Amino acid sequence: MDNNVKMQAKNVDFFYGKNQALNNVSLDIYANKVTAMIGPSGCGKSTFIRLFNRMNELVPHTILHGKIFLDDLEINSPLVDAVDIRRRVGMVFQKPNPFPKSIFENISYGLKVNGIKDKAFIEQKVEDSLKKAVIWDEVKCRLNDSALKLSGGQQQRLCIARCLAVETEVILFDEPCASLDPISTAKIEELILELKKDYSIVIVTHNMQQAARVSDYTGFFLLGELVEFGKTQDIFTSPKEKRTEDYITGRYG
Amino acid sequence: MKKLHFKEKLYKGIFTILAFASLFFLVGIVLVLIKEGLPIFKEVSFLKFIFGRYWYPTYNPAEFGILPLILASVWVTLGAMIICVPLGVGSALYLNELAGPAQKAILKPVIELLASIPSVVFGFFGMVILTPFLQKVFHLPTGLTALNASIILGVMAIPTVCSIAEDALNYVPNAFREASFAVGATRWQTLTRVVIPAAGSGISTAIILGMSRAVGETMTVLMVAGGAAVIPHTFLEPVRPMTAAIAAEMGEAPMGGNHYHALFAIALILFVITFLFNVIAEIISRRFRIKLGLSG
Repeated sequence: MDNNVKMQAKNVDFFYGKNQALNNVSLDIYANKVTAMIGPSGCGKSTFIRLFNRMNELVPHTILHGKIFLDDLEINSPLVDAVDIRRRVGMVFQKPNPFPKSIFENISYGLKVNGIKDKAFIEQKVEDSLKKAVIWDEVKCRLNDSALKLSGGQQQRLCIARCLAVETEVILFDEPCASLDPISTAKIEELILELKKDYSIVIVTHNMQQAARVSDYTGFFLLGELVEFGKTQDIFTSPKEKRTEDYITGRYG
Repeated sequence: MKKLHFKEKLYKGIFTILAFASLFFLVGIVLVLIKEGLPIFKEVSFLKFIFGRYWYPTYNPAEFGILPLILASVWVTLGAMIICVPLGVGSALYLNELAGPAQKAILKPVIELLASIPSVVFGFFGMVILTPFLQKVFHLPTGLTALNASIILGVMAIPTVCSIAEDALNYVPNAFREASFAVGATRWQTLTRVVIPAAGSGISTAIILGMSRAVGETMTVLMVAGGAAVIPHTFLEPVRPMTAAIAAEMGEAPMGGNHYHALFAIALILFVITFLFNVIAEIISRRFRIKLGLSG
């Protein structure tokens, strides 16, 4: 595998029961780059990124064909535990989903379930993660307050911090700004650009400007098919496919 | 046009009356309990009634101490909880978190069916099957004991505890589970550290309502608890819970006499206990909904 490729999907078909959601998708996720998935609702882009941390396993009656690699590891091999994959591939969800626990516990949770008990280490890690997610200054005085008291944008940055604390290698963002106001959105986008120094990032978005702003590579999905994949600049300025051009210029979706 | 207007008003009136009927019944029942129960306290002081160790309502002079009855209810209820909490909460956890659709489709109706068995049938089962069994195992003079009543009541309360606990688990948003899995938690860690704490107050509500169900159950305890109005020392003695005392003695108590009033007073105390249980359960479950960000 190419040294710069962090994750790779090879000929992936995916079914919810009898409904085919993905049709022969192959795509590379490059290390320390931001890869955006765009496309209209129901095109399979969220389903696709949830394959990278085996999240779709939690949905009953699903079938996956094809292979997905993390570095050289085939993540769906029977010898691989989903838990180990999720410790390396983190996820931030569409709706901010902090636990109904304190801010501190939200971050320390990931460390504790991974068997870390050293209190000083956990405290340091919580602080570092909150700082990296640019929310430390807003919450440092109330780490013991319930996370549910934070605003939507703060909650989402908290969820990012929760992901950072585990020190994953890849972060999957599933429409992270869908429920946020423009200012919170701008903060998250800034953060994503900052994070790509240390992480490989995949982001699903409805918002094409967002994809253009934050991503290095873009994949366009339509009806379960990856229509086109390439450098973001190329996709937005000179798409090869007519369908991509139609979508980008707003003719459908 | 005018006729239609009248009809509208009529329907509204009828449904208002229907809706308020239960309130009317509740107030009526409480008033009767108070009116018929309070006169006993002219004969015995309230404290002596509650803490009196002897219940000899038909002796001369009669003794109206209901401590043995209260303790019998407490023992039997706590015993029932020891059985129905692990079984009820355990089955709720299994149903909601672990069972596949096929297991769920079989188990859920079966557990609900348990609730539809009449209590007299449970009592009958206790008398015919459990009584000789307990008698043999523990070498007792009689198998009609607190233990027997506890076991049967425990089984009877399973559907209550299970279905309310399952609702509570259902209310825990899936987003919490996904968030937990996404940071690399196992299924067990997710269950014990996220789902159960989040559903905790809902599960407590289930347990309290299960207790309320067990305290108020009458027919079964009348049949299998043994009926001896003495302060219990072990689970292997016959006991006479409050509900059983009322049911067994009301027919023989001369109307308007002291015994009659004493039984009403027991009913009043029983009502206060179950009322408190329900209020506590309601308060906890309201806090639960607020905690999960659902509407209060």
